[in-house]
Amino acid sequence: MMQPLPTRRAFVAGSLLVTVLPFVSAGATPDAMTAAIRDVVGEAQIRPGRVTLDIPPLVENGNAVPVTIRVESPMTEADHVRAIHVFNEKNPQPHVFNAWLGPRNGKAVVATRIKLADAQKVVAVAETSRGEFWSASADVIVTIAACTEDVK
Amino acid sequence: MRLSAVVGLGTVFLATLAMAQGGKDQRRSGYQDMSPALQRMQDDDTANPAMLYVQAGEALWKQKAGASNKACVDCHDAGSMKGVAARYPAIPSGADKPVDLEGRINLCRTGQQKAAPFDAESEELLDLAAYVARQSRGMPIAPADDPRLASFRAHGEQLFKERQGQLNLSCANCHDDNAGKKLGGATIPQAHPTGYPIYRLEWQALGSLKRRLRNCLIGLRAEPYDYSSPEYVDLELYLMDRARGMTIDAPAVRP
Amino acid sequence: MANVLINAPKTVRKGETIELKALILHPMETGFRPGANGQLIPRNIIEQFTATWNGVEIFRMKMSPAVAANPYVSFFAVAKESGTIRFQWTGDRNFSAEGSVMVTVT
Ligand code: HEC
Ligand code: HEC
Repeated sequence: MMQPLPTRRAFVAGSLLVTVLPFVSAGATPDAMTAAIRDVVGEAQIRPGRVTLDIPPLVENGNAVPVTIRVESPMTEADHVRAIHVFNEKNPQPHVFNAWLGPRNGKAVVATRIKLADAQKVVAVAETSRGEFWSASADVIVTIAACTEDVK
Repeated sequence: MRLSAVVGLGTVFLATLAMAQGGKDQRRSGYQDMSPALQRMQDDDTANPAMLYVQAGEALWKQKAGASNKACVDCHDAGSMKGVAARYPAIPSGADKPVDLEGRINLCRTGQQKAAPFDAESEELLDLAAYVARQSRGMPIAPADDPRLASFRAHGEQLFKERQGQLNLSCANCHDDNAGKKLGGATIPQAHPTGYPIYRLEWQALGSLKRRLRNCLIGLRAEPYDYSSPEYVDLELYLMDRARGMTIDAPAVRP
Repeated sequence: MANVLINAPKTVRKGETIELKALILHPMETGFRPGANGQLIPRNIIEQFTATWNGVEIFRMKMSPAVAANPYVSFFAVAKESGTIRFQWTGDRNFSAEGSVMVTVT
């Protein structure tokens, strides 16, 4: 997570009864995410399907959210996943990671852990050797850690 | 804003204070309160980030240091650390006050290796503590059977149960009376020290039980004790006794 | 010395698809986080992660600040021949780290 600002880091007593302030610094937006996706895929059509985005719907801490992306693909020379791109809506930047694969991978499965500054949508786009783009998205709710220490 | 929140929190707890627990052992570790995703992160040694520190600890364990030019491994057999983390804090031979695992490691550092002690929360100290603690993984917490510990433990219990800080709450208000409830989205755990040192996602790093206790003190808006303060060791003694028989899962992952 | 933890099966049958996992100690400081003095802590991230099998690239990843601290990556590869799988991380401040494992293909 791009660390919450001090107001959000305030003790849970604050977050229990006071509406949590929105993430204040200039962050990615749904529009920025769309632009970032277009940057990578160009004008090509993005179709929902073939991609599974495995991410917990509710996470206790946004600092390390496990994600696994699986793409249905024979992973042959003729037909394989060339890249997997992951984006998010609300972190300061819309890019999360890009992974490049090939037939040598056997399976188009990549797992890592990401930071999510806030409850938001995460999108995975898979690019195939045939020039197709498939995608999946998921909404994640991030709760705020309690009893944190102030960044000093 | 903060003041009203504090008053509000007080009433929330007063309202729920009456909900006592049943008779049988209802203790739950922080592990049991975590989501399956975080449990998997902890369970898989090839994915648990704390294992990076264990690996570094193993290297340090074998590295000669200090004026004696001895490594931990020169005096301690492989496997000799099994069960140690399940037993500490304890009173070292020749001493009259308890030390926790990190304190015991530093005693060997200064007394045996003749080297400068590691700083509290330094990566080296945490690495070694993680390496040693992992060897007790799966073992039941079994506090040292030493009558001299009783008064220190009693002081720890008193600290746990007395109200403190600007929030005027005790540790027990949360961890005994309101465990399992949500607080700002987080589940209040029962505060059993089964997994230390832990990789806390909030820290994005490994940290000791002292650091965890400091976080709760800061949360209470109480002045946290100095890292060298005996209060932590006393609290740790009480917490370990309270968790007697529960399984060590160090080095754990916690949110 | 960088602290990396790599996991791969030691022996595999030819043609089998195996999982490769890598962890590395790194702060992945985002550059968006205020430090003690209120100023932003400068960005310090790993940008590139690559894996090669006997010198041939089998996987590459470009990371942003949104990848969690102490990055964990898992992916798969088809075991073709015995040899060395090498993992390399590079990033800000000329960060560079390497780790490798030997795999026997039978
Ligand atoms: C206002 C409620 C509250 C109070 C009071 C409080 N804590 Fe906590 N404590 C928490 C919460 C919530 C967590 C879990 C944090 C998280 O998951 O983000 C926690 C976590 C812990 C843990 C970690 C348990 C594990 O699984 O590793 C320990 C130990 C602990 N507290 C001890 C204490 C002590 C000792 C005190 C008194 C000095 C105290 N707490 C006071 C709410 C509280
Ligand atoms: C020169 C020998 C020597 C070296 C080097 C040494 N120790 Fe020790 N260690 C001892 C002795 C002696 C004891 C006390 C045994 C006793 O009191 O019964 C001890 C006790 C301990 C204990 C407590 C064990 C228990 O069962 O209560 C721990 C933990 C420990 N050492 C860790 C370390 C670590 C970590 C290092 C390296 C940084 C280290 N030691 C280096 C000699 C050594």
